[in-house]
Amino acid sequence: MSAVTVFGLTAAAAVGLGLYGLITNPQPLRKLLAFNLLGSGVFLLFGIIGRRGAAAGFGNDPVPQALVITGIVVAFAATALAIALLLRLFRTAGSTTLRSDAPRMGRGADAPGG
Amino acid sequence: MSITTVFESVLAALVLGLALWTIAVRETYSATVGFVAYGLMVALIWVGLDAIDVALTEAAIGGGLGGIVLLGAAARLRDTESTAAETPNRMVRLGAAALSAAIAAALAIAILLLPDAAPTLAPAAVANAAATGLANPVTNVLMAFRGMDTALEKVVLLLAIVGVWSLASDQAWGGRPGPHHEADPNGVLAFLARLLPPVGIVIGVYILWTGADHPGGAFQGGAVLASMWLLVIMAGLADTPPASSRRLRLVLVAGPGLFFLVGLGGLCFGAAFLAYPIAHAKPLILGIETAMLLTIAATLALLLAGAPERSVPR
Amino acid sequence: MSYAGDIVTIASVSAGAFFFLAGTVGLLRFPDTLTRLHALTKADNLGLGFVVLGLLPQAASLRDGLKLISIWLLALLAGATVSQLIARSARQGGPAR
Repeated sequence: MSAVTVFGLTAAAAVGLGLYGLITNPQPLRKLLAFNLLGSGVFLLFGIIGRRGAAAGFGNDPVPQALVITGIVVAFAATALAIALLLRLFRTAGSTTLRSDAPRMGRGADAPGG
Repeated sequence: MSITTVFESVLAALVLGLALWTIAVRETYSATVGFVAYGLMVALIWVGLDAIDVALTEAAIGGGLGGIVLLGAAARLRDTESTAAETPNRMVRLGAAALSAAIAAALAIAILLLPDAAPTLAPAAVANAAATGLANPVTNVLMAFRGMDTALEKVVLLLAIVGVWSLASDQAWGGRPGPHHEADPNGVLAFLARLLPPVGIVIGVYILWTGADHPGGAFQGGAVLASMWLLVIMAGLADTPPASSRRLRLVLVAGPGLFFLVGLGGLCFGAAFLAYPIAHAKPLILGIETAMLLTIAATLALLLAGAPERSVPR
Repeated sequence: MSYAGDIVTIASVSAGAFFFLAGTVGLLRFPDTLTRLHALTKADNLGLGFVVLGLLPQAASLRDGLKLISIWLLALLAGATVSQLIARSARQGGPAR
């Protein structure tokens, strides 16, 4: 089994683990971690495909590489936005639960709708 | 089994273990630390896949800056863990496990059964490299062959900043992002924040410059510059600029603005949108990259700083 | 490059790997924050130093060698600063465990 295959299987496992964590973990921050794990697994899978497309003196197809770089930056931006939403939810509601029937304990720092 | 294969197998096992840790460990803070370590190890995998550009980006942005965002949130939300203990029931967990295992297995089978003649665009990238005068194929793809993706990605970054800023409360609207950092002005952090940024700025610009011909580029250099700025902010030597600052907003739109301006120029005087005149391709690309470097550095740092929290006295 | 260079590389990188191993064992086994930091500095400073020293004979040019040395110096600077910060936070009974 070549090294590329080993990395490919690792990436597949990372996708599976990330998906499991995303579904079963109740805390939003943990869901976010799991989602990032899933994403990085997908990027790695793309990298494996690019590695197999090595040609013309390059060890890895440059087009998937460029797309993955773009993807990593976008994933970071999305994570930062999600974290900002989460912190705002915490400040407004006093907890970070995603359950719709959870009790809301407003801290009074911001008026509702403010 | 050669020694390289052993090394790569150990690396893969380590990454897998860290991924498991991130999902399974009880404490959120430990999980986040595990994720940062995972990101750095994945960067090593990218080196193993001969994708140095991606490795640099993953280490700087995926593991580094992303890790700081997540760690900061985990530290702030540390006390909320006990209130959010509503684990799903067993059926949901079993179902999720079955679904995840099935998807992982399908992906693994797909990896094992990939056709042997893999499709590749590398020869096309080489054949057209002369058109831009840059030797790094990844920079060529990012800035020229698929420049549209990169330009629109800048817009995504801009939208993310707009989204984060619009989460500010009424009192802090247009104010300074993030908490105010106070550190001992004679302490070791302030010392580092005075010593390191000159070196870091040189390294950031070097990474951009060398990105034309070697691994590197605006993203990686921008991440280094962003971390230098954040270091100075965290040491209390400077404050984040208010979100309403006109100069800051100008920096934030400089990268995509110049990109689209050059693109429109291609539409007016050349063949198509984003078509560079071949004689001026390299200076144009370097100009766009320089503007992008500033934009990326500012955007990444402000995304990390978060929503405006302190109002500016008017 | 040469036979002697290769021997220097093998010996020095092995020494570096040993210090990394010792530092990691210490990090995992030592009882409190300050002793763990002490173990960590062995890995960061000495271990990385030996690895860089070992890689110098393999550097293709003077520029590559200087880059390697500057990586070590930057790691030293960051490591020393962060250890100080962690140690201070541990003394004040902060969040470090």
